[in-house]
Amino acid sequence: MGKQTEPHIVVNGLTMAYGEKLIQRDLTFSVNRGDIFIIMGGSGCGKSTLLRHLIGLQEPVAGNVNYDGKDFWRADQDERERFMRSFGVLYQSGALWSSMTLAENIGLLLEQYTYLPASEIRKLASLKLALVGLAGFEDYYPSEISGGMKKRAGLARAMALDPEILFFDEPSAGLDPISSRLLDDLILELRDSLGSTIVVVSHELASIFSIGNNSVFLDAATKTMIASGDPKVLLKECQDPTVHAFLTRGSMDKVVT
Amino acid sequence: MDRSEGGLLVVRLSGLWKIGKELPASDEVRNEIDKNASVSAIAFEAQGLAAWDSGLLTFLAAVIGFAAEKKIDVRQDGLPDGVQRLLRLAFAVPEHKSAAKTSGDFFLAKIGGAAVDYAKAVTNTVSFIGEIALGFLKIFTGSAKLRWADLFLTIQECGPQALPIVSLISILVGLILAFVGSIQLRLFGAQIYIADLVGIAMVRAMGAIMAGIIMAGRTGASYAARIGTMQVNEEIDALRTAGIPPVEFLVLPKIIALALMMPLLTLYADIMGILGGLFVGVFGFDMGIREYLHETTTAVTLTNVWIGVFSGFVYGIIIAVAGCLRGMQCGRSASAVGDATTSAVVTSIVCIIIATAIITVLCNVLGI
Repeated sequence: MGKQTEPHIVVNGLTMAYGEKLIQRDLTFSVNRGDIFIIMGGSGCGKSTLLRHLIGLQEPVAGNVNYDGKDFWRADQDERERFMRSFGVLYQSGALWSSMTLAENIGLLLEQYTYLPASEIRKLASLKLALVGLAGFEDYYPSEISGGMKKRAGLARAMALDPEILFFDEPSAGLDPISSRLLDDLILELRDSLGSTIVVVSHELASIFSIGNNSVFLDAATKTMIASGDPKVLLKECQDPTVHAFLTRGSMDKVVT
Repeated sequence: MDRSEGGLLVVRLSGLWKIGKELPASDEVRNEIDKNASVSAIAFEAQGLAAWDSGLLTFLAAVIGFAAEKKIDVRQDGLPDGVQRLLRLAFAVPEHKSAAKTSGDFFLAKIGGAAVDYAKAVTNTVSFIGEIALGFLKIFTGSAKLRWADLFLTIQECGPQALPIVSLISILVGLILAFVGSIQLRLFGAQIYIADLVGIAMVRAMGAIMAGIIMAGRTGASYAARIGTMQVNEEIDALRTAGIPPVEFLVLPKIIALALMMPLLTLYADIMGILGGLFVGVFGFDMGIREYLHETTTAVTLTNVWIGVFSGFVYGIIIAVAGCLRGMQCGRSASAVGDATTSAVVTSIVCIIIATAIITVLCNVLGI
């Protein structure tokens, strides 16, 4: 894969709050095309909230989120919908629509945005399921499959419209080490073959180091970002004790300041 | 268990210290300290201790707690090794003062907060109704994102599948009306008017109200629970990010289905209610079937039927909107789904009664 370095997502001075409760302020970072970008930080620091701002579910209190140089929240309704169509999102619990089979879950998006006949849609849905290793599960309901399978089916749905950007909310949460490793491999594979930009919310160190090439670290105490860059470089060079403790699973004594 | 030696209070622990056994209260130690102002340190002896669990730990934590208040030194070295380590763990992180919820808000602040919340709820409801109206406009322009297959499934669920329960309740209501009416009417030998009473009452109001209340409990609650659970599972978010407005996709089919089915259910409930009255008339008062039906048809006018059917239509919309609104407002926990369901049923029934009152007054003013 050739190095693509044009910025795809640019976040500028983003401040997030629920009512009067400030979550994070002054977040500024950019994600390049083809990056696997990790949003990391301790529990409750606002990682998932940042993701909700990026995918357009929640409006920022201040600052902006730009896609390809266009401000998402200042765009009109049509343009915003076009942006959202270029996203694929894998939610923490999979968030499959429980009243539909796996094939229908994937097919619904294709039905809404393409004029393909039903048989074509079915074939495409089967293909997407096969890509995540769920061939043959087309007619299962989400309640009939295991947690790991739900995650993969959610991923298949996220990829339904061949999105430019894939968002993952804690992909490895609740998976055993091997399944989560397989999911990481799948994420890398997708980036390499589809050339998508990938944004991952995670606090699994193993997967952060194995897939991430860029990141932002949110701190719950100071309510802002305290580091950004390649996690492997951060591990070696970052002087901030909080970041260091996080990346080394709490071995504070190694900090040299 | 306690014995004081000079400034040092030695607490001797022995026997089984397990939860579920009767344990000595820490108050004994406290009383001992209160009695002897000279106590400056507490020590423990645990040679006789057979077995222990959290029961011992809570006792010790209490002792350490009030010892700290009185600035008395606690010597833990007499305790078993495991107990010492657990105690160290328990007191390692000081209590998070700001984490404890403050509930002592000023009275006026509470009223203000409630008013602000209420204003938010009103805007929320109004914007939800606005979204529904826009959704219906979109249906006419053909750009609404709803699946017609879903609509038929929803109709199936809230129409034909509700027939058994509507039959049962309506027949019983017809029976009750007939019995209650007959007690008075018999005094005048006017039993035949049971038919008029049951017919007009069922057709004009009771049929629609009973169907409405049944559907509020049955279908409105199910809508709220279904959409609420989707909210908990992030399924609603998934719809939004897929560019499918949840109001168009989930709410519109439900409103259309109930608005179509409720008038039909009302008519059905009317017929069942009249049937209930007929049983009482025929078996209780020796009326002929024909006679009863003839009396009913002369008493019940077409206007009555229309008023009933129109009420049913209005109730249908109320139930669907209330159910879906509460579902969409649902928080992200299991108890929030329960609250949403309860609130959907309460809202529907209150609104149904209010709507009935308004329709009745309007009919009166218009002279219908």
